[in-house]
This record gives sequence, C-alpha cells and structure tokens, in this order.
Amino acid sequence: MTEAGAAGAVTAPARWLRPARRSGAADAGHRAERRLGWAMVAPTVILLALITAFPLVYNLWNSFHHVNLANAAQAQSFAGTSNYRALVTTPGFVGALTRTVGFTAVTIVVDTVVGLGLALMLNRAFPGRGVLRAAILVPWAVPTVVSASLWKTMFDPRAGFVDYLLNAAHLPGAHVTWLAGQWTSWAAIVTADAWKNIPFVAIILLAGLQVIPRDIYEAARIDGASTWQAFRRLTLPLLKPALLVALIFRTLQAFLVFDVIYIMTGGGPGSTTETLSYLNWHAFLVDTDFGYGGAVSVSLVVISLVIAGLYVRLLRPAT
Amino acid sequence: MATVSMEQVSKVYPNGTRAVSGLTLDIAEGEFMVLVGPSGCGKTTALRMVAGLEDISSGTIRVGDKVVNDLSPKDRDIAMVFQNYALYPHMTVAENIAFALTLRKMAKEDVRAKVDEAARILGLTEYLASKPGQLSGGQRQRVAMGRAIVREPAAFLMDEPLSNLDAKLRVQMRAEISRVQRRLGVATLYVTHDQTEAMTMGDRVAVLRAGILHQCDPPQVLYDRPDNLFVAAFIGSPSMNLYEAVLSPDATSVRIGSQALRLPAHLQAPSPELAARRDGKVVVGVRPEELSDAALGGPVEDGKSLVGAVELVEALGSEKLVHFTLDATRVQEEGATFAGAADAEGLSQGDLAGSGMALGVARVDPRSAIRPGRQASFVVDIDKLHLFDPDTGNAIRPPR
Amino acid sequence: MSGAGAVPAAVAEEVGGAPGAGGTARARARRRLDWRQLAFYLGVLIVLAVALFPFYWILRTSLESSAEVAQGVGGPNGLLPPHLSLSAYVDDFTQQHFLGPLVNSAIVSLAATVVSVIFGSLAGYALARLPVRGSGPILGFILLAGFFPVLAMVGPLFLLYRKLGFLDSIYPLILTYLVYTLPLATWLLKNFFAQIPKELEEAALVDGATRLQALWRIVVPVAVPGVFTAAILSFILAWNDFAFAVSFLQTPSKFTAPVSIVNFGQSAFQVFYNRIDAAVVIITIPIALLVLAAQRRIVSGLTAGALK
Repeated sequence: MTEAGAAGAVTAPARWLRPARRSGAADAGHRAERRLGWAMVAPTVILLALITAFPLVYNLWNSFHHVNLANAAQAQSFAGTSNYRALVTTPGFVGALTRTVGFTAVTIVVDTVVGLGLALMLNRAFPGRGVLRAAILVPWAVPTVVSASLWKTMFDPRAGFVDYLLNAAHLPGAHVTWLAGQWTSWAAIVTADAWKNIPFVAIILLAGLQVIPRDIYEAARIDGASTWQAFRRLTLPLLKPALLVALIFRTLQAFLVFDVIYIMTGGGPGSTTETLSYLNWHAFLVDTDFGYGGAVSVSLVVISLVIAGLYVRLLRPAT
Repeated sequence: MATVSMEQVSKVYPNGTRAVSGLTLDIAEGEFMVLVGPSGCGKTTALRMVAGLEDISSGTIRVGDKVVNDLSPKDRDIAMVFQNYALYPHMTVAENIAFALTLRKMAKEDVRAKVDEAARILGLTEYLASKPGQLSGGQRQRVAMGRAIVREPAAFLMDEPLSNLDAKLRVQMRAEISRVQRRLGVATLYVTHDQTEAMTMGDRVAVLRAGILHQCDPPQVLYDRPDNLFVAAFIGSPSMNLYEAVLSPDATSVRIGSQALRLPAHLQAPSPELAARRDGKVVVGVRPEELSDAALGGPVEDGKSLVGAVELVEALGSEKLVHFTLDATRVQEEGATFAGAADAEGLSQGDLAGSGMALGVARVDPRSAIRPGRQASFVVDIDKLHLFDPDTGNAIRPPR
Repeated sequence: MSGAGAVPAAVAEEVGGAPGAGGTARARARRRLDWRQLAFYLGVLIVLAVALFPFYWILRTSLESSAEVAQGVGGPNGLLPPHLSLSAYVDDFTQQHFLGPLVNSAIVSLAATVVSVIFGSLAGYALARLPVRGSGPILGFILLAGFFPVLAMVGPLFLLYRKLGFLDSIYPLILTYLVYTLPLATWLLKNFFAQIPKELEEAALVDGATRLQALWRIVVPVAVPGVFTAAILSFILAWNDFAFAVSFLQTPSKFTAPVSIVNFGQSAFQVFYNRIDAAVVIITIPIALLVLAAQRRIVSGLTAGALK
C-alpha cells in the first residue's frame, strides 16, 4: 500500500523510468565472454560433428546408390530405394532385426532384475561391501573382448568350467558344444553380456537407492507397511529416474550389440546369432556393399533415435 | 569525500526484473554502511554491482574519485567477503589470505609479513598451514576476513558474512568484524537481512525494499524517526504496533478503535500534512517499549493509556512481552515482520481478521503481574508516538 | 512391531518384529536373524563367485602348458592345473608378438584420453559457466553423439580412411575413439564444473585475478578430481574398443590388444586357450588395478553422469 508514496519520498523516479541503457563496455565484456564460450565449445562440437554427422550423411547418400567395392562396374550409380527394399525382401535384415529385438528384451529384463537385486544387496551396510563393489566393477571395466573370450573358454567343453561343473554334478548339458547350437549359443551370449553389464546397472541403481532418505522407511514402518510394501510403494517409484537412465543405456547398448557376437559366434551357427550391428559389419567389411550397408546403418540410427527419444520422453516428467 | 558512491544506480535483468532502482548512496571514508532489507530486496545485487560482478544497467559507481562502472573487479581496489566465504579449498589458510597479494606479484617476504599480521589480528596464526576444510565455521569466517584485510583496499564489501554461523558465534563475530573495521578504518558496505546486525554494526543503515532505498540514517535516527511505515515496521524487535486511527477534529488526539490517545505537543503543531488530515485517517505507531504496565505506576492521565485483552505473556527474565488485542485494525507491512516477532506472537493476525480485533505487543517490566485472559491497562509514552499517512506511508511530523 | 514388547529394541529392529514375548521371542528372533544373515551372506558369496571365478579359471588355463590344454579339462586336469607353466605367457610375447598390440592400445587410448580431457574441460567449463547461446541444444547434440551407433560409422569411415590411406594405421583410431570418450568427458566435466561454487571464481576476480587466472589458478586445481575421473572413464572406454579396430586394422603388428587376442585362436590348428587366456590376463590386470585404485572415482563418475 505504501510502495509508490514511499518511493516518491526518497528518490526521484524519473531516472529509472527511462528504458535501461546498457553501458557499452559491460556489454562488450558480455560479448567477449560469449565469444570465449563458443571458442571453448567449438573443438568438441566440430570433432563430434565430423565423426558422427559425416558418417550419417555419407550413409544416407550410399544407401541410395550402388556402392560395392567388389563390383566396380556399377560404381556409384543411383539405386533408388532398392537398398531399402532389400532390407525387407531379403531374410538377412528382418531376421537380424527380430533376433536383435529379442536379445534386447531378454537382456534388459535380466539386467534389470539381477542388477536391482545386486543394488539392494550393496545398499546394505555389511563388512566386505567395498570388496563386493570392487569385484563387480572389474567385469564391467574389462574390454568386451575379455568377457567374450572368457565366456567362450568357459562354454568350450574341452577348456571350460561350465562343462566341467555340469559333468561333475551329473547334470544335463554336459558334453554339449554350446556354441554349436542356436539356442545354446544365445544362452552363452546372454550370459557373457549379462556378466559384463549387470554391474553397470547395479551401480546406477545403487546411486539411486542411496539418495532415498532412510527416514521414510521408518515412517512407512510406523504406518504399518511390510518390507515388500515399502519396496513396492516407496523404493520402486523413487528409483524410477535411476531405472530409466540405466534402461536407456542398456537398451541402446544391447540393441547395438556387436563385439560379443563377433567374438563368441561370428553370427553363427549359420546366421542364427546375427544381430543388426553384426549384419551391418558383415555388409561393410565382408560383402563390401556400402549401399546396402548404408541402408542398414540408417535404420540403426533411426531406431536408436526412437529408443532414446522414447526414454527421454518417459524421463522428463519424472525429473 | 565519499570512498564509495552510487549515483542513481539501477539494475534491470534481461527478463525485465528491476532489482535495484535509482539507488543513491555515499559511503564516507572509514564509514561502516549497512544495507539491510528483506530477502529479494536487491541489496546483494547492489553490492555485486559495486564489486563489478554484476553489470550496471544505468547510473554511476565511484570508488575514490574514479568511476568504476566499466572496470573489471580486479581493477576496482575493493575486497569482498562472501556469504559462503568462497575459500579456495585447495589452498592453505596462508595461501588463501596471500592469494590477492601473489597475484600482484608482491615480494615473498612482504606477503609473508602481511599474512602474519592479518593472522595475528584475527587469531588465525596457528591455522595458517591448515586447509579450509579442516576449519570450523567461525574460523572460515575469519579467513575470509583475513583475505579481505591484507589487501588494504579502498573498501570492504560484505555479503551476509554471518548468516552461516550459529547464533552465539554470530554475536561474537559481529563484534569482531566491527572491531577490525574500526581498527583499519576502511569504508565498508555490509549487506544483511538481519536488522539486529544492521543496528549494532552500522554507522549508518540503508533500508532497501524492492530495489528502492527507503531511508538511510544512523541506527538511532532510524529507530526514533522512521521515515515511513516500512522502516518503522522493519526496524525494532518486536515490531512497532501500527493501528489505523482517526484524527480528532481539533487535531489534538487520535481514536484507536474505542479508545483515544492524546497527541504530543510537537505533533499538534500546525503542519500542512496534519491540517489536511483533519477528521481523516492516520496510522498510529507505538513501539512495544513505549507501553508500560499501568499497575506499576502512579495514576494514569486521561488519553495516555490503552486497555487491551491479554492473550499471552512471555517472561524473558529482564522483561516481559505482553501480547494483547485491541478493538482496532492493525496495519500490516508486508515483508517487514521478522521470524522472531511472528513466532512470538503465538497468535497469527490471520486468526483475528474480520473480528475487529488487532494484536499488539508491549514490553513491560518483569515485575508486572499482568496475566493472560484479563484486561490490562498500558501507559503510553505519547511523546514518542509515530504518525503516518495511510496513503503514502510517509511519516507525518514537523520538519526537524 | 506389535508384540515385540519384551524384545530389546535393537534386536526387534533388525528382525523387523517378532511375535510372542519374553525369552522365546528373543530366541526365535536370534534364530531368524541368523537365518537371514546366512542367506544374505550366501547371496554375497554367490555374487562374488560369479564375478570372480571366471577370472580364476582364465588364470588357471593361462598357467597350463599347451600339451595340457590339448588334453582338455577333466580327470586330473580339474579345478587346479596339474602343473604351473608360464609357457603361454612366454609364447604370447615371443610367438604371438603381443607386446606390439599392447603398446598400440596404450598409445591410442592415452591419446584419445588426453584429447578428450582437454577439449572436454574447455567445452564443459563453457557449458557450465559461460553464457553460450544454444548451450541446451549443444549439450543435447554431444550426448546424442555418445549414443551414435558405432557400426553405422564403420562403413563411411572405412571408405574415407581408405581414400585417405588411413587404413591399417592406429593413429586415425585416436580421432575415431573420440566418439566414445569426448561426450562422456564433456558431460562429466560440465557437471563437475557446475558443482564448483561460482563464488570461488568471483572471489578470485575480486582478489585481482583475470578471468583466465581465475580459471587456471582456482577452477582447474579444484576440478582435478573431476578431470581425473573423466580421464579414467575415457581411458577404459577407449581401451575397450573392438569394433573400430577390427574394421580398420589389417596387419597383426598394427592390431590393438583386443583385436590381437581374438586372432590368437584363429592362427593355429589347435585352439591355444592357454595363450588366449594369458593375453586376457595381461590385458585385464591394468584394468583391474585401475578399478581397485580408483573405485570411488569410477562409481561417482558413472553415477554423476547418470543421475543429473
């Protein structure tokens, strides 16, 4: 009620009713800072643009042309949409897509369930917690080559302990050449992939658990919630942001799975473990068909973007 | 000559928010100037503009006789103490204090001597080799002070430096900062939201609200002669009791609800404002300490007392705070009441809205036998009554 | 919690409430406590075994001689090898020439790490502190680049490197690996710089520092832990690459360590698991040491990047 009058009593308002005028030098300082900012960001943006946008554009161009190093006669002629039509008409792509989606689904379920269990375990204070955390970090940190080679050895009936243990326990599955069958190969691949990647999920979820205040559990107990109810009604909803972050990373990584396939099965037996990334690699480096490969790449990029977009959508209201 | 002067300084953010409006303030040599106001009033923005951490939208800032508008902070010859101290965590206490000097490439021995001297003044000598992380809040505060004083700057700027300390330490550091400032005689601009700090530390106190300077005077003047309702309500704890009242036709008394108070002679003196107000509404202000328990004194003169229904009595040992209600309308100054006062009231004014009752507080002698649930009569020191214009909020009083 | 009246609060709390009263409740509580604890520790042991036993097995196999590997697992050749032999390790360096690939991997990974940390620091600082126009979309692009399908880059880069004569050289890999390391480093460091109180820099400016002095003398030293974290994670990512290396490198002496390992088995009539596994041990040791030494940093880096 007194604002206008009080102001009038103290200072003449004329000066500050005029539009604000920036002092020239301060403005220049601001501009200099903005320029400095750009200069600092530029190397990163330019480098990343070069190594991602260039392949994307090149792939797009290739995918509408005949580009096969083994077939120089056709060199670079316009192919229309034939490369894209080949995606749906040849069994390779559709089969790989199906297998990739299946692998992704199984992997993220296994990773999430086991990873959550591990995170809950690590969230408890017990002697040896540090050791356990370090122990699970090592599988995550080693190259996929290591985890894949290691599990390839494990599943080899001559050199691995899988066979040795099953045999010693008189269980079925002994003397099976795991990597020679379709489903047994997938079992081996999923095992190797889960062994390497579950720790990542567990560490992310553990961080999510650690930001949940402890006292709400005490409040829930006084409110009469059982352990399961507290988990279901408090832990899971509060863990949602961390879960989504872990899922984004794992879904995209699983969808683009390559190293473990290349090393353990080479897409075999036959092409029964061929995934999209492996198919793409095969198209590029073995068939040297960069037109078809380009079309596969473009679809990989599009699907990845869709997955990332979906998750970002999901994540936004949560945070 | 002023050491720091701000002339019609304004700050408008790109989004149109006007943080500071036409602020004019001169800090004399060696003066301790406190800038006080509720949070969000623009006081920190004003300080940061002096420091050079914030662009000035319009106006002029001088340090010494140099216009510093376009100078970067390092060229302004000012030192600053931050709210969170902003100690460099990777440097020892000695390195923190010495940082500004080493930037100036001062000789090592001189730096050493100055750091030792500052540490001695602040009692930090034994902590010189520690890192800030190992220190307590009060010690960190001292290091931040040390960093400022070794500079021997033209002015100190302090941004709520005590707000992160506990109550006891705050009182102690308050005295210490005042002591150091007086000893060094460096002009200081000190920002706080705490009116106790403002009153106890400042040579002069500038009261800011919504980017506008409301009054700038020595603490006692601010307390005795507030220029407007905001300052009246903001300075003093518990806050001044402010009631809507009606001036009598002969302008010798005011009616608060059903009770009348006689005006002191100096307010009766013909003044154009008062004359214009005849039969009109005014706001009457009575500080809690200007009310006393009538039962402890002699006979009460007519028109020099107020009777209220006692709601709550708080015994503080040296005094008692009596919360009472009157059949009048209390004037609320937004943003001018303090946590302390509001808590102590126990009853919120909201409970009484529409009931035609107004809360009041009296600070009475501890021997008073006033009890809750009864009526009590308070003697009013009418010589210290304050009158305000309810429309402009300005004080109504004869010119000094 | 009802009915736990006589149970000492501490026990009752751990058990989550035990029915009954007095001594029997306490005894039951004790028994149930033991059972739960036991199950929990059994779980911990299983996790430890699953995480670590494969490494033991690899170590075991790497210490077998080629003749023992040829016999396969079984009989006396069980959980423990009958004889310890370092021949696989010797073979790795003498016959498989594993040292070259190790050095190649080290060069490429370190170079990519250094470049990422430098450019990532600059970009991260600018994005956290300076008024960069369009910083939101820029950050989004950087993150998206980190999710770019690696195999979708292999074809075009292969053609480009082929044209430029870059194939079969490790140096172009440094540039290529930035797609792994640079988004991560930038993101981590941006978060880290954003956490450093702005007042620290302002204090330095008031103390008489220039903007660059404030950056160099205050921000950088305070940011060392963050830079270190970004460097470790970048190094791990670069060191672990397989897809690019296997696509662009052709001569065994130019291989990085991961590609080299995969080719060990293929070059012989017999699968020399001992040699593969010895190489796996060699390549795992530095990573394991890094993890043990910098466990906290790695975890904080992973989660800071994930939960912001």
